[in-house]
Amino acid sequence: MLFYLIRRFLSALVTIFLASALVFVAILAVPGDPAEIILGINASPQALAALREQLGLNEPAWRRYLSWLGGVVRGDFGESLNYQRPVATLIVDRLEVSVPLALGAMFVACVIALPVGIVAALSRGRWLDPLLTSLAQLGAAVPSFWLGLMLILLFSVELGWLPAAGYVPWERDPVATLRSLALPVLALGLGQAAVMTRMTRAAMIEVLSQDYVRTASAKGLPRRRVVGGHALRNALVTLVTIFGLSLSQLLIGSIIIEQVFSLPGLGRLVLTAIGTRDFPLLQGEILVYASAIVLLSFLVDVSYGLLDPRIRYQ
Amino acid sequence: MRLTRLPANIVVGSVLIGVVVFGALLSFVWLPYDPNTLDFSAQLAGPSRAHWLGTDHLGRDLLSRLLVGARGTLYVGLVAVGIALSVGCTLGAVAGFAGGLLDELLMRIVDVLYAFPAILMALLLAAVYRPGTLTAMSAIGIATVPVFARLMRSSVLSLKGRDFVEAARALGSSPSRTLLRTILPSALSPIVVQASLSLAVAVLAEAALSFLGLGTPPRTPSWGNMLREAQSFLALSPYPALVPGLAIVTTVLGWSLLGDGLRDLLDPNTRR
Repeated sequence: MLFYLIRRFLSALVTIFLASALVFVAILAVPGDPAEIILGINASPQALAALREQLGLNEPAWRRYLSWLGGVVRGDFGESLNYQRPVATLIVDRLEVSVPLALGAMFVACVIALPVGIVAALSRGRWLDPLLTSLAQLGAAVPSFWLGLMLILLFSVELGWLPAAGYVPWERDPVATLRSLALPVLALGLGQAAVMTRMTRAAMIEVLSQDYVRTASAKGLPRRRVVGGHALRNALVTLVTIFGLSLSQLLIGSIIIEQVFSLPGLGRLVLTAIGTRDFPLLQGEILVYASAIVLLSFLVDVSYGLLDPRIRYQ
Repeated sequence: MRLTRLPANIVVGSVLIGVVVFGALLSFVWLPYDPNTLDFSAQLAGPSRAHWLGTDHLGRDLLSRLLVGARGTLYVGLVAVGIALSVGCTLGAVAGFAGGLLDELLMRIVDVLYAFPAILMALLLAAVYRPGTLTAMSAIGIATVPVFARLMRSSVLSLKGRDFVEAARALGSSPSRTLLRTILPSALSPIVVQASLSLAVAVLAEAALSFLGLGTPPRTPSWGNMLREAQSFLALSPYPALVPGLAIVTTVLGWSLLGDGLRDLLDPNTRR
């Protein structure tokens, strides 16, 4: 198991390293002089020279990459050009919005997807399964940002229950924070619930058709014990994978949802960075997103190995 | 195979996609109005005789914009999946067939691409090049490469040791001929299914990118752009947001039903 863990971890590290190179090379490929792009063509030669010095543009690319990477390893992503603050601080500050958003959406998705998916799998061949499956298929086709607009229309415009946009920090008024996060969490979570319902159903059906489930039923165990004890436990292996991958999807989905609800999270930060051509911030944030995805997939593999001994001995 | 034996989801999916394709084609020969003509006497109007689906905040006809938007949705989706399919299948087939160091290397590249979903790839490309249709298409295409590469590689790996492939080899077929003529045809059906499912994802991604202002430029009507503009006027009229949203749902549902149906049709083992 330890060997498996180490091998998987090293492979994740290599992937993150290559991803960092990709991000760096992509920004390097920006046509023209970055200093001129940032300051505009009317900038004075002195200002341009100063910025080139600040960005380290006078050094060769590989050297800049190594010094950037060296900083990243120590948690130093450089300084944002637009905010004049360390990129790492900016990112950490925004986590208070983006993390509750993603986790809240995950919670909503699980609370819906697990029971509905299991019920659909158990009622296979009866009227309930096709109904639930069709609903899930329809739900998966609804873009989260459009669902967000529809929720605003219903709960803010028509009913006036919840704010349509904006964010109140936790320390000022936690209830207001929760109210401002409610619709974004729903918009993001409901779509993911539809996707996860289908996957939960498929995983349960797969397990229910196994021999050991038939054996459990044949030896007279009550249905509840068969489903809860034998089937669900084994389906968990697949479900952990699904939930891990869903978390990366929610992370990316939150970029769009934050835009819909004007939430000052990581997603808004990265979009602002594009608009203001804030390359250090952009580089840092995209690398953080990509690394989070690689690490999540690593964690999924690890839990997979922990839950299913057959995998780690392969 | 009789037509009545076709799975229901293929029929429904084809009809939905058929409607979208018809709308896109219709927009070339007939439009109720010019999609960019402003009419300040009919801003944010509801559906009426004059404007069947109503108008937006600048008095532009929603039906006309919807029809023109269908072109972009289909075009971006098909090109993006086309890129992903050709690059991904080539990478996967070569990796699976060659094995060894080349396999390791190619799959490592695929792993890295996997860390950049369409939106993230689009952010990266939008920083380098101008945001636009080409950027959005390439981003979605590149981000979808890993799906096809992994699928193709596993198909090739499982087919490589089969008797009919051994037989072709024994008969003196060259490696490239074996791959293209013997293995590829058998590996095709999961690819077709995946292409349809990926089209659903691509349509969602394109709409999201246009909504964020990283896709189709603002002057060209696209469903994502329409939603972006509709948001500010949500309290005044729901139609500018309802119309393109329902169109996106229709298209995504169409492609995913078609994909599921094709899987049922081509691989009876997965029928449930």
